[in-house]
Amino acid sequence: MNIEKILLVGNPNVGKSAIFSRLTGAQVVISNYPGTTVEFIRGKIKLADENVMVIDVPGTYTLEPTCKAEDVACRMVKEGGLVINIVDATNLERNLHLTLQLLERAIPVIVALNMWDDTKHRGIYIDVKKLEEQLGVPVVPTCGLSGEGIKELMERLPQTKAESLPVSSDAQKWEKIGKIVEEAQKLTHRHHTLLEILEDLSIKPLTGLPIALAVIYGAFWVVRFIGENLISYIFEPLFIKLWLPLLIKLSVLLKEGSFLHHILIGNLIEGEINFGQSFGLLTTGLFVPLAMVLPYIFSFYLILGLLEDFGYLPRLAVLMDNFMHHLGLHGYAIIPFILGMGCKVPGVLAIRILEERREKFIAATLLAIGVPCMAQIAMIVGLVGQRGGEFVALIFLVLFLILIVKGLVLNRVLKGASPEILVEIPPYRIPSFTAVMKKLWMRLSGFLKEALPLVLLGVFFVNILYTLMIIDFFAHLFAPVLTNLWGLPKEAISALAVGFLRKDVAVGMLGPLHLSTKQLVIGSTMLALYFPCFATYSVLIKELGIKDTLKSTAIMLAVALLVGALLNVFLKI
Amino acid sequence: MIINLIQMQSGETGIVKEIQGGQGMARKLQSMGVRPQKQITKVSSHFWRGPQTIEVDNIQIAMGFGMAKRILVEVQR
Repeated sequence: MNIEKILLVGNPNVGKSAIFSRLTGAQVVISNYPGTTVEFIRGKIKLADENVMVIDVPGTYTLEPTCKAEDVACRMVKEGGLVINIVDATNLERNLHLTLQLLERAIPVIVALNMWDDTKHRGIYIDVKKLEEQLGVPVVPTCGLSGEGIKELMERLPQTKAESLPVSSDAQKWEKIGKIVEEAQKLTHRHHTLLEILEDLSIKPLTGLPIALAVIYGAFWVVRFIGENLISYIFEPLFIKLWLPLLIKLSVLLKEGSFLHHILIGNLIEGEINFGQSFGLLTTGLFVPLAMVLPYIFSFYLILGLLEDFGYLPRLAVLMDNFMHHLGLHGYAIIPFILGMGCKVPGVLAIRILEERREKFIAATLLAIGVPCMAQIAMIVGLVGQRGGEFVALIFLVLFLILIVKGLVLNRVLKGASPEILVEIPPYRIPSFTAVMKKLWMRLSGFLKEALPLVLLGVFFVNILYTLMIIDFFAHLFAPVLTNLWGLPKEAISALAVGFLRKDVAVGMLGPLHLSTKQLVIGSTMLALYFPCFATYSVLIKELGIKDTLKSTAIMLAVALLVGALLNVFLKI
Repeated sequence: MIINLIQMQSGETGIVKEIQGGQGMARKLQSMGVRPQKQITKVSSHFWRGPQTIEVDNIQIAMGFGMAKRILVEVQR
């Protein structure tokens, strides 16, 4: 049999991508399906000395499309090729619906029973031979994560057959599936392992809520513990012992006051280089992203990755559902918020999981201002923390209150109701070390690739603007708002301007301004409130559209003006 | 007797009889394994008209209060 093209087809979240990377190895191309924004991945494998294209088709429940991604999946299947139907073995009944649809279309199909290793833990026994007889096509148990069964899958590709079952209705399919499953699958009672007892405890409200509080508190404690120690025992010493001596030599070489010295080293503070305040490209420009922010990004994503892979987040979503309804959202919207605490860009992208325009708008507006990102949090902890932990707490309390009030108001004002949650709660599983590390590495390298250039650009920009006196011009222009309304010195405009680019540098710029504690608190809060950074803004436009983004922006500006003024009047420090 | 999912006790098992909802809701539930003639077990329900969790085919699903109210279940009492 001559195979031209292989399509991986299956429901969402059945481990298609893991199988795909097992099959193809490293060489993959991500592209858009013509005329759509739906992405798909293709690669190549060698079959009998011939290169065959493999396509990872977007996950779909049905071949009668109900959304864009499903539409693309259907069109790809129609274009022909051999189909590897990836089926979640722990969820046979639901997955077979798509399998039957494939079989009714006379497409050559082989079934991969993926997540096979999981069936044992969950008391599911599947008779593969019987399932093969029932379906009439080859069935191979696989485990994408470990690679088990992939070889057999490849070997049996030539046995693939095109069935053409008579076309049946949905109800007929379910009935048929019921029979197949009864024949081929046995469920035994699950053993109550420790993890399962924990599963039960963490979803029941009486025990679940205290557990959630403990998990959140514990997570933040660990993030801070790891972040702080990385900074004081590794990153700061590295900068001071290894980098500083080089910079001192360079500073002497360039001579203080020269243009290049100004750009690269920045200002000497009392005759010395100060990583926090000098504001040169090689001093503060590297110190802020690498020694102040990166350690926190690392520890945050490490803990987040562990919680994700453990399977905790959907439970948190269920526990938070009630509370989130008051803000016009359902519990699952907690996921974009949690991601947004790392970086708002993936946070805003995750808003896609919400279905209606109203919830998307509310979630995006709340997320864009009110949820500080880790770069911002790290800088606030670093800078404001020097004046006392209570002031850091105050800033986060204010931001949290604003988030709640804004949600309550938006929920009242906007027409419509918040839709209901409907999620699958995965079983707990011990996270795989390599999977967690891979994800962590992807997120860290993403931060370095995207944030580092922007931070450097921001520092460069500020230095140029200072040299050209443009900052002074704007400082005078915005002085009424800054000084009269918020009680900040007019020089703080430079921080607000840079805040468009990167929030971490912007917070850092408050450092050299010799602010009072009250001013520092207001300044940091305003930087979190007045506007999201440029990167966030561009994904906001993509996700919400121009009109809703402008509406959202108006709300942000109004809130910032109001809250800044209120803090200035009522805050007594 | 036939009751809705809200009225089930935690730990109680029953057979789904009817899903009184729009096409969209029925299809979504169906694709997650909740449909007539299926055996489901209630796992927990949250305070103040909060979400309800059930287990079907060894899989746990959480759904909103309003949705759960429209799922009718036959239980032995």
